[in-house]
Amino acid sequence: MTRPIAVVGFAQLPNVRRDTAREEGELVQPVVNAALEQAKLTRKDIGFTCSGSSDFLLGRPFSFVSALDALAPWPPMSESHVEMDGAWALYEAWVRLQCGDVDTALVYAYGKSSLGNLRDVLAQQLDPYYLAPLVPDSVSLAALQARALLDAGSCREREMAQVAARSRRDAQHNPFAQVKKTADVEQLLDAPYLVEPLRKHDCPPISDGACAVVLRAARSGNDRQVVITGIDHRVEPHALGARDLTRSVSTRQAAERAGVFERKVDLAELHAPFTHQELLLRRELQLSAEVKVNPSGGALAANPMMVAGLTRIGEAASRLARGEGKRAIAHATSGPCLQQNLVCVLEVT
Amino acid sequence: MERCAVIGIGQTQHRARREDVSLAGLLREAAERALQDAELRFRDIDAVVIGTAPDMFEGVMMPELYLADALGAAGKAITRVHTAGSVGGSTALVASHLIHAGIHSKVLALAFEKQSESNAMWALSPVIPFQPQLTAGAGGYFAPLVRAYMRRANAPRHIGHLVAVKDRLNGVKNPYSHLKLPEIDLAAVEASPMLWDPIRQLDTCPSSDGAVAMVLTDAGAAARSPHRPAWVHGGAMRSEPVMFAGRDQVNPRAGIDCAKDVYAQAGVTDPRRELDVAEIYVPFSWFEPMWLENLGLCPMGDGWKLTEAGVTALGGELPINPSGGVLCTNPIGASGMLRFAEAALQVRGMAGEHQVDGARLALGHAYGGGSQFFSMWIVGSDPP
Repeated sequence: MTRPIAVVGFAQLPNVRRDTAREEGELVQPVVNAALEQAKLTRKDIGFTCSGSSDFLLGRPFSFVSALDALAPWPPMSESHVEMDGAWALYEAWVRLQCGDVDTALVYAYGKSSLGNLRDVLAQQLDPYYLAPLVPDSVSLAALQARALLDAGSCREREMAQVAARSRRDAQHNPFAQVKKTADVEQLLDAPYLVEPLRKHDCPPISDGACAVVLRAARSGNDRQVVITGIDHRVEPHALGARDLTRSVSTRQAAERAGVFERKVDLAELHAPFTHQELLLRRELQLSAEVKVNPSGGALAANPMMVAGLTRIGEAASRLARGEGKRAIAHATSGPCLQQNLVCVLEVT
Repeated sequence: MERCAVIGIGQTQHRARREDVSLAGLLREAAERALQDAELRFRDIDAVVIGTAPDMFEGVMMPELYLADALGAAGKAITRVHTAGSVGGSTALVASHLIHAGIHSKVLALAFEKQSESNAMWALSPVIPFQPQLTAGAGGYFAPLVRAYMRRANAPRHIGHLVAVKDRLNGVKNPYSHLKLPEIDLAAVEASPMLWDPIRQLDTCPSSDGAVAMVLTDAGAAARSPHRPAWVHGGAMRSEPVMFAGRDQVNPRAGIDCAKDVYAQAGVTDPRRELDVAEIYVPFSWFEPMWLENLGLCPMGDGWKLTEAGVTALGGELPINPSGGVLCTNPIGASGMLRFAEAALQVRGMAGEHQVDGARLALGHAYGGGSQFFSMWIVGSDPP
């Protein structure tokens, strides 16, 4: 039995293709302040802080150290950092709150995907001896997965285009989204391939952004709150040849442990940077046609590296808080072809 | 809170270059030794937590993805921690939280650095946009702090050299140690080249390839462990800003607060008397007396007097770094966890030639950044 933890604050920056003006601290400070304000807490009230970011995106070591200064951590605070998407920072904070001796946590993430050639940068994630020297970029690896799904008859290019069209339509209502230009499915399918079988609309934009989430131990009583009822993450082998790319076994495992299949789901925010990945994730999470998927537009509308996963949790919680449903799933991914996946179940209590 | 115990510890042979192993091979060497100690196998582990300093040291972005296969993590949870030089300690604490929270029963914590893949000194000299470049290597950053300490405490110049000799002689007793300098003496340290005044070459840590692993478990699994466990009595982390005029980098408040927190959790009121041994992060010899004061192990200004009087020697009243410490072995990302693991080895009575007789309560300490990130734990022979 886990301790119920409420999501009491969420803020994000508008996602943009290139944010030349802000460095780390300037990305982090506005979202942290806004999330705390929403939670009606100050930094001094926070028992534990955890952040997610990547030095490789910034092109220098210890970039998270500069970001921390934006929080004015004085007196010194209890703080940790994961070199992962902020969703895993939230997981660490959730674990810390499970220990029972602290009741509040601040989580933030920032990423400037625009500073280098992102496809080349992400190739540095690969096995440095056997895979990275071949420099297979992130889009090409995703294309391999799409091809495997198409060949297996698990999805069609038209369905992929439908995902993109819906995502862009929904993104029009999201003031923080980056890609909002609507197009119908026929128009999208007329476009040339970027990396066959992926077209531009199948791929995420390159985004700079930041977001922050505030967690607090849930209060007993009649307060309406959005509570994390289950959260888990799992990883799969890195070697693509050791995996069935038409499945997302780790998503299924994490979902089972997070309790996804116990009750009906109203909405899902899935971190699916590529259209075929949303189709795959829907199947692994057993989401029926009634479930509203990625009402924010998802990662196809804005994909700030290290941030987009945490944003899914914040978006899902915000939508529940606004009355858009009673039970939501938020999902985050990391690594090539959905290697690592985190699933979080949120409920209104 | 569930109780947490360390039932397995393993580390690599640390050397300047481990060209005989890949990154994954380096981690497996430590992991297999830890599992062997615990008489467990990879399949028994529920979750893996790894820590390392900047990814640029090895040139692999988010290496947990590539390492998942070699660490038997497929189908499990793997987390990657990065809190600068304190990361090894923080990684152990993140793993301990998974146990304390009752989420997992057996967690494998690992920390590593394969520094021969790059040039750590220049990787630690980042040029930050819109900020003056302050440093040439970590020594360039810390030397002014050492000079400030010497003035404040009115410490004689040879104190650092005493630590350099003591830790290197301790390292001779540690089979895994990178540096083995059995011939070292005060004259040799004094004759070594000056790198960053007053830090001479032999006052400085080496650059190592190495990894360390620990198996952390709940009380149920600890009861079945083949060897005596080390019990976690407290753990704490603290961070403070880089740029803040109110900071005292010689005696950082984050370190003071972190120590107070961990002592309180462990019920320690007089750390100098109650702790039997401490493994603290001393990358430059002068940091031994500086941290003795920061940790509240002596009054302000007295740290160097303890060092000079031999209190911190193996066989002294409060041995510091009987393993040889960071001055003998420094795979940066692993250095903090090595302190935590060596503290645990001491209270398990398994430290071999560098064992402190009858050690029952030990402090593990790590710091990083510009003396701004701290992580500490206290481990004991008895359950808390």
